[in-house]
Amino acid sequence: MDTIAWRDVTDAGEPPPSDDRSTFTLHINGSDRKLTLDHRTTLLDALREHLGLTGAKKGCDHGQCGACTVLVDGRRVNSCLLLAVAQEGAHITTIEGLADGDRLHPLQEAFLERDALQCGYCTPGQICSALGMLDEAADGSPSYVTEPGTAAAGGPVPLDAEEIRERMSGNLCRCGAYPRIVEAIEDVAP
Amino acid sequence: MSHAPQPLGEPVVRREGREKVTGTARYAAEHHPAGLLYGRIVPATVASGRITAIRTADALAVPGVHTVLTHENAPRIEEPDDPVLAVLQNTRVPHRGWPVALVVAESLEAARAGAEAVRVEYDSADHDTVLTWDHPGMYTPEKANGGYPAVRERGDAEAALAEAPVTVDATYTLGGLHNHPMEPHASSARWADGHLSVHDSSQGSTTVRDTLGQALGLGDDEVTVVSEHVGGGFGSKGTPRPQVVLAAMAARLTGQPVQVSVPRRYMPALVGHRAPTVQRVRLGADRDGTLRVVSHEIATHTSRIKEFVEQAAVPARIMYASPHSSTVHRVVPLDVPSPSWMRAPGEASGMYALESAMDELACALGIDPVELRLRNEPATEPDSGRPFSSRGLAGCLNEGARRFGWYERDPRPAARQEGRLLLGTGVASATYPVLLSPSAASAHVAPDGLYTVRVNATDIGTGARTVLAQIAAAALGTPQDNVTIEIGSSDLPFGSVAGGSSGTASWGTAVHKAATALVRRLAEGGTVPPEGVTVTADTEEEASQDSPYSRHAFGAHFAEVAVDSLTGEVRVRRMLGVFAAGRILNARTARSQFIGGMVMGLGMALTEGSTMDPVYGDFTERDLASYHVPACADVTDLQAHWIDEDDHHLNPMGSKGIGEIGIVGTAAAIGNAVRHATGARLRSLPLTPDKLLPYL
Repeated sequence: MDTIAWRDVTDAGEPPPSDDRSTFTLHINGSDRKLTLDHRTTLLDALREHLGLTGAKKGCDHGQCGACTVLVDGRRVNSCLLLAVAQEGAHITTIEGLADGDRLHPLQEAFLERDALQCGYCTPGQICSALGMLDEAADGSPSYVTEPGTAAAGGPVPLDAEEIRERMSGNLCRCGAYPRIVEAIEDVAP
Repeated sequence: MSHAPQPLGEPVVRREGREKVTGTARYAAEHHPAGLLYGRIVPATVASGRITAIRTADALAVPGVHTVLTHENAPRIEEPDDPVLAVLQNTRVPHRGWPVALVVAESLEAARAGAEAVRVEYDSADHDTVLTWDHPGMYTPEKANGGYPAVRERGDAEAALAEAPVTVDATYTLGGLHNHPMEPHASSARWADGHLSVHDSSQGSTTVRDTLGQALGLGDDEVTVVSEHVGGGFGSKGTPRPQVVLAAMAARLTGQPVQVSVPRRYMPALVGHRAPTVQRVRLGADRDGTLRVVSHEIATHTSRIKEFVEQAAVPARIMYASPHSSTVHRVVPLDVPSPSWMRAPGEASGMYALESAMDELACALGIDPVELRLRNEPATEPDSGRPFSSRGLAGCLNEGARRFGWYERDPRPAARQEGRLLLGTGVASATYPVLLSPSAASAHVAPDGLYTVRVNATDIGTGARTVLAQIAAAALGTPQDNVTIEIGSSDLPFGSVAGGSSGTASWGTAVHKAATALVRRLAEGGTVPPEGVTVTADTEEEASQDSPYSRHAFGAHFAEVAVDSLTGEVRVRRMLGVFAAGRILNARTARSQFIGGMVMGLGMALTEGSTMDPVYGDFTERDLASYHVPACADVTDLQAHWIDEDDHHLNPMGSKGIGEIGIVGTAAAIGNAVRHATGARLRSLPLTPDKLLPYL
């Protein structure tokens, strides 16, 4: 229960462009967002502090935990390691962009059903990472545990639990939901 | 609503799950009122000493920096009960990382640049940060954490050890451990119309409200603290942390809302840690394995500003029957950050040592380690003599052994090999006490038959909302969809902290009491008036009563490891935990908690290590790149099961706490399995390749 009624604001009174600030456009979850931001602003801080998209989480701010994972042009990235200004023109998908209205994405459904979360702080990053990971495997990208010759050239890599565990190890979960996370992704993997 | 009432135990999906999987659940640093400023902590760069000068001109010149708080200009506060909160009040530096300034700026980028531009000069003193068994500053405190007596003696342990036919005398060494919840500690504070409102990442916002009120001279009705969603805590958010005091101070000074997040690398200095321990365990037994004596002595550290004593010798007081027993805690104050609660304080570290020693005794006697434990089951609690309300250890050991296929093992060490892998299995017991704290709750029914239950519980990922709705629905005799649960604000009826595995029992008892009182009120007849009917209840009386029973949850862990004989790498192939924790109230979320505890125990065993650098004077592994919490690939076949207990001496739900027991004993089971696999008995954690390789 939130008994403090705080009106959230975004993009309030952004200063104009200067030597230290630029105006640029990010394509986020299907809509164009024009921003004027400090060149030091990371993509993560742009989302959280300037666009009201706090689904991507700041767990370490150093690319060590994966809580800030989003998709940039379809690839999973640690958004804390990217400068927002350098993403001009990129298509960015965050956790807020996965559901279709009230209809959850199958990965979101699976995480809910498998109880693949506890505190929920790593969860948006886990789900975005899983989405990117499924595409990587479908595109035939091998992982450290992929046996040579498993996939036909250019064909998809089959995802068993070991493959999923290896490919999801960039996303830490201190609550220890890993077994359930793997089950949830197995439910959705082809 | 057409659903049947959801009985307790049903695997109900967690209520806030949808918000969490869609990214709409808001945590403490995710509120952006107009005019929000960002505070960045400047940490001390000496381990001991005094500040002689702070130069803030360069920081104030950074564009966007609003102000810099130091001990020279920060608001004075009343001395808080917890000395870690007395920040920016004087020049003293009790340890490296202590906050010496707070830079407040219009953006995160400006705050960071400003913090780097603050120049602090110190008169630094020699520091001493290394715990040793015989440190000259070591003393015996009166009590250990949890209020337990530091020393307990039964019989004559020394004489019994001298006479016992078989003895084990082993010393185990554990470094510090860090909680590292995924959400860093954060607070957003705002003053408006004389009222302080705070979003805080806390395990108990009533305590934060009371603490801020005391420090700032405000009444309960002048402060509201909200902890709606909390990204884990594992004890580190169980007490208010400096960032909430800093945010409140800065908001008061600037007149604007201020958000302060603790950067990941600053957390080990500011949010507590599991204190390192040196533990000597001596066991004396007859040749049939019957224990004559259990002696457990621990040495640990605390900071210069507060006494915190990890109660690691406490579980030895209740685990096994023995006519003679000695359990002693000693502590030395060092120039280190203040230790505090980390998941199962006392039990997690103490049971590593005790359960490793039990394995050593089993090896010395040639008795199966499950059998050894079963032979030493006490009829009553060894320390107090009180009967157990229920004691499921034997059941867990037997059920676990059956499920795991334990008795297929060849007890000889290093007997199983697969190529270059050495395989082994290990077992250890687990225990955690049943705790209850006072809480209050209200239950309201509206004329449409819908209920609202209010209690300041905190959901740190446990599923508190969900299980409290189940408890309320069962007591009200209504489907749980008819019950709205309001938690996570200090404006609600007071709730105890989400800690000590006591949340569900404490809040649940209050919820059950309010709900049953409402049912009685409605049974008196009459119609529900337009404003509804509200009944409140508190559990001060229940919580103050001493139980005539010894009340504990128990469990057993079984692990199979593969040790690479070339690299020394240990992998846990499979791990099974079986628990006896009263009635399990939600099978889905309970399993997640048990498994979560076991994963953290796996980290304690294999990957998590924090080195205290004697020259630098601080922990060296402070971020997630150097302090290795388990990753997905570390966790393979990991299962949790439980034995239902029908215990009428607990609370109206018949439940024991489940949040911590999963970590207790896990590291010992893995260490015992490594010994079985390799023949090497390592007595310090984590079991990293550098420690194992000399034995392979």
